[in-house]
Amino acid sequence: MSLFSACLDRLARLGRFLWSAWAGLAGLALIGALWQAGHEAYGDFILTAPLDTLAAAARLLREGRAQELLALTTARALAGFGLCALIGTLAGVAAGYSPATLRLSRPVLTLLLGVPPIAWIVLAMIWFGPSDLTVAVTILISATPVVFVGAVEGVVTRDRGLDDMARVFGAGPLRRFRFVSARQISAQLFPALILALGSAFKVAIMAELLANAGGIGGALARARAMLDIAEALAWVSLAVAALIAVEYILIRPVRAELERWREAAAPWGVKR
Amino acid sequence: MSLLELNRIGHAFFGRTVLEGITLGVARQEIVALVGPSGSGKSTLAHIAAGLVEPREGRIARRYLRHAMVFQEPRLMPWATAAGNIGFPLRLSRAPRRMRRRMIADAALRAGLLPEDLGKYPSELSGGMRQRAAIARALVTDPDFIYFDEPFTALDVALKRRMQDLVIEAAASARFAALFITHDLLEAIRISHRILVLDAGGRGIAGERLPAGSPGTRDEAAIFALRQHYLTADPLFAHIHDIDERLRP
Repeated sequence: MSLFSACLDRLARLGRFLWSAWAGLAGLALIGALWQAGHEAYGDFILTAPLDTLAAAARLLREGRAQELLALTTARALAGFGLCALIGTLAGVAAGYSPATLRLSRPVLTLLLGVPPIAWIVLAMIWFGPSDLTVAVTILISATPVVFVGAVEGVVTRDRGLDDMARVFGAGPLRRFRFVSARQISAQLFPALILALGSAFKVAIMAELLANAGGIGGALARARAMLDIAEALAWVSLAVAALIAVEYILIRPVRAELERWREAAAPWGVKR
Repeated sequence: MSLLELNRIGHAFFGRTVLEGITLGVARQEIVALVGPSGSGKSTLAHIAAGLVEPREGRIARRYLRHAMVFQEPRLMPWATAAGNIGFPLRLSRAPRRMRRRMIADAALRAGLLPEDLGKYPSELSGGMRQRAAIARALVTDPDFIYFDEPFTALDVALKRRMQDLVIEAAASARFAALFITHDLLEAIRISHRILVLDAGGRGIAGERLPAGSPGTRDEAAIFALRQHYLTADPLFAHIHDIDERLRP
């Protein structure tokens, strides 16, 4: 009975989510309209028409090479993202619980955030050559601080009253973390993870382009060399589509599952 | 033999002494109300007794099997349903999963929560319902000692009385002992067997009073008259409504 109602609840939420896609579609249509206007004002050479770009993207996908390149870039971005999520979360939680570590890590963080990603790409290219490692390291260095800060915020802003409550009812430090703190940390962590995933894709493509390491970045470099604006835009759209697909397949469902109560808290009619 | 014994407890926040030389005991099945002016360190004392705060000096003997606590705020986990919150202590004490549902429903009933409220999240419950859930959470493991840390201060008068009756009934049927922190004298008289008055400066227990009869049997007029008597004629309660929380951290 409860399993059935739980499934029903999930189904209802999925239905609401799919229905909300109309709003997303309307937003996309707005961008398409602006794009089309730009195209009509500046001509084919500066801005290819959105439909032509879509056609170019479809052609790229049909011809086979694009799927391989997309998979390569996605795999690289995900590898870098996975590493940065793991290291950022662990380090952030540790630093959140240890004020001394936090104080030590603040200047390091400022330093890391201050160095532009492009500088890391140059360094990583020199250290590792044009390889997967270059891309992964660049993502790791540029996206970890965001996750780290998210995890630290989660630990620091947690409700200590709930910690005390759990302690009164006999929870030791580990179970307090598991039952009470982890949920509160995740609420702060997920926006940071989504941000990190986006920047992982961006940095991956940038690193590929500069390090000449293939993937979508490599394809973009080729399109630039040939001044093929339609193909360049097609690659950009494909990259964005890949990012959105990964985000909505990987992160959003977990987040929705963890934040069911927030939806219950929202009044009728304004469910997002 | 007391279930809970505090012996010469002292505590300080940042070098400022808030409690000094507090000695008190709570017997089996006895409800002791601890009153004192706002900021006199009552809550700190309850937290020390429950083991949430390490006292700077003194000894604590806890001879009960299991304790629970009702806080001033409900302190429910916002991501768990009412049933999940009430069942939290059962999860911690590794009670068998099959029995949990029945124990949760039972505790909820005793706290006046309806079965249909159990699936709701705290954000969907009213303030009174949340505090009921917090009481149910304290009752669910059948503890023999419960700390109440000014649990009904935030509720309106009618709701407060309903909650007090609920605690009186629960104490009579479940036979737990309790240390009930409050600054509401009426509440203290209604709910307790014995009233302890904390010194305004936190220096020891100023004295104790034993209202006639036992909780639940006293009539309202007598309770009110006793309160008036305490406030107007009893020197022990002279400073009970002094407010000096700004002088204290």
